[in-house]
Amino acid sequence: MLHADVRTRVGRIELDVELDVGRGRCLALAGPSGAGKSTVLRIIAGIVRPERGRVSCDGQVWLDTAAGVNLAPERRSCGYVFQDYALFAHLNAWQNVAYSLRSLPRHERRRRAEELLARFGLAHLCEARPATLSGGERQRVAVARALARRPSVLLLDEPLSALDARTRASAQRELATVLRETGVPALLVTHDFAEAATLGDEVAVIDDGQLLQRGIPAELAATPASAFVADFIGAVVLRGFARAGAEGMTVVELEGGGSIASTDAAAGPVAASVFPWDIVIEPPGADGVSSARNRLPAQVQTVTTIGGRVRLGLGAAQPLVAEVTEAAVSELGLAPGVPVVATWKAAATRLLAG
Amino acid sequence: MSSSPPFRVAVTLALAAALVFLTVPVLAIFVDTSPSQLLSSLGDPAARDALRLSVVTTVSALVIIVAVGTPAAYALASRDFRGKSVVTTLIELPLVLPPAVAGIALLAALGPRGVLGSALEDLGISLVLQTAGVVVALVFVSAPFYLRQAQAAFAAVDPAVVHASRTLGVGEAATFARVLIPSARSGLVAGAALAWARALGEFGATLMFAGSFRGITQTVPLAIYDRFSEDFPAALALSAVLVCVSAALLLSVKLVTDRGVVGLAAR
Repeated sequence: MLHADVRTRVGRIELDVELDVGRGRCLALAGPSGAGKSTVLRIIAGIVRPERGRVSCDGQVWLDTAAGVNLAPERRSCGYVFQDYALFAHLNAWQNVAYSLRSLPRHERRRRAEELLARFGLAHLCEARPATLSGGERQRVAVARALARRPSVLLLDEPLSALDARTRASAQRELATVLRETGVPALLVTHDFAEAATLGDEVAVIDDGQLLQRGIPAELAATPASAFVADFIGAVVLRGFARAGAEGMTVVELEGGGSIASTDAAAGPVAASVFPWDIVIEPPGADGVSSARNRLPAQVQTVTTIGGRVRLGLGAAQPLVAEVTEAAVSELGLAPGVPVVATWKAAATRLLAG
Repeated sequence: MSSSPPFRVAVTLALAAALVFLTVPVLAIFVDTSPSQLLSSLGDPAARDALRLSVVTTVSALVIIVAVGTPAAYALASRDFRGKSVVTTLIELPLVLPPAVAGIALLAALGPRGVLGSALEDLGISLVLQTAGVVVALVFVSAPFYLRQAQAAFAAVDPAVVHASRTLGVGEAATFARVLIPSARSGLVAGAALAWARALGEFGATLMFAGSFRGITQTVPLAIYDRFSEDFPAALALSAVLVCVSAALLLSVKLVTDRGVVGLAAR
């Protein structure tokens, strides 16, 4: 089990983070760039010393500023996968992986490194220099290198961000398998909520040095704790003023005009959030086709296909995003400029403190 | 993009002028020296002494420069401290010192009545007019060439690879040897070759600080100067040898650094 409780100033942000990760669990630290995510990893690994804090792993104290304990990085047992992988350019793939195995005899080092590389499907590239490897191959060498000396913690800094979209999907599946199999606590940093939700057993959203919310991905999606979290995880966020309405509903008068209803209770200025896949598009003038209570007239601005789903950018008083099927696009003739009505249920509308 | 014909002609003429001016004197050495003269001059015991002394003193100086300069350059590249630019400037100062000034400076510091010289004398160490004095003069004038290159080479190493090494259980000193030096290799080799070439050609500071005694302090440049009034062909022949060695060094620097550039481009 990894436990970290650190407080320090980094540049303009005040980092204040407490987290723990159990054996075989992966916590994804997700947030925008500059939120302090990577600094958390660097503090745990001993690369950066915080002003105050305590880091321990499996009962061993790595850092305790109050007690004057601060182990050098080489004495903490962290497998660290760096953002750009930081492979040693002067060593070939197996030598990179075997780098930490100094105590073993050479043939044993090589055997271990080849075994690991084979596990990542790179048996044929043992002799290759990093400069000749593709992004995906480099990423796998970096992960193999981090695992070679059986670390007590795995730290991954944006492990997929340096890959192109096509490689990323397969690398992500592979990494998920590795994280399941290693059995050590893993802490993964990413700016992409979807990536965090796929790779992490739990997701912690961080912004401006503070942890805003931590939970399993579905939990965060269902009940985002703040407008920032809702926006970060991909929900549409609409600002307005809430007041009690009929039938126990809350009515939100939206900024810029229009009103929507929610089953959440709230009063005063709020942010209402709804997920793009909960929004149903109807042609204008088809009132009452669905039972959805919330209906906002809008105009299609962009149509983007992503893996079988279509994201619609909608122009309204406040911009909306809806996710629909390709069938719906052709059926309704959706194209930029087409007027539509965006509809969704009051029960799919979360109200958050603005 | 096209440039005007007169401009293109002017540029080409300038290049031709530079090329002629810089290469004709060097080529003239070989035109005036027949291969037999070259060989016979190498048979001269005094010339052989000078060559041997040049090799011994420049290699000794290079060993000292690399052994001390490599960690020093890393300290300069990796640390930020107040007055760092002052330290860098002081280290680079010998680059711009006229050789005669460097010789005077060394005498003032390490000569018999110098600032540190008397202390050395008490320890029984005398540098002036000694082979060791030649090495000191060579280190003084050529170390900045190595330090500059090495500092730049270390500064260009991605800090993440150093961090990666540390998290892989390798300590600071071992990381320096196993990651930093190999990563900075091409810059270090280039710096060492430049320092060596500068040391091979060193004349003024050596003459003033160590004198010109055959077999003790008379390196090849001093031997050339010694001969040039009485035996010009012999001076020419020794010069030809020095040109060949220096050209070989320059070529190896080009090869090493070009490979470094290619390696970067492939990345």
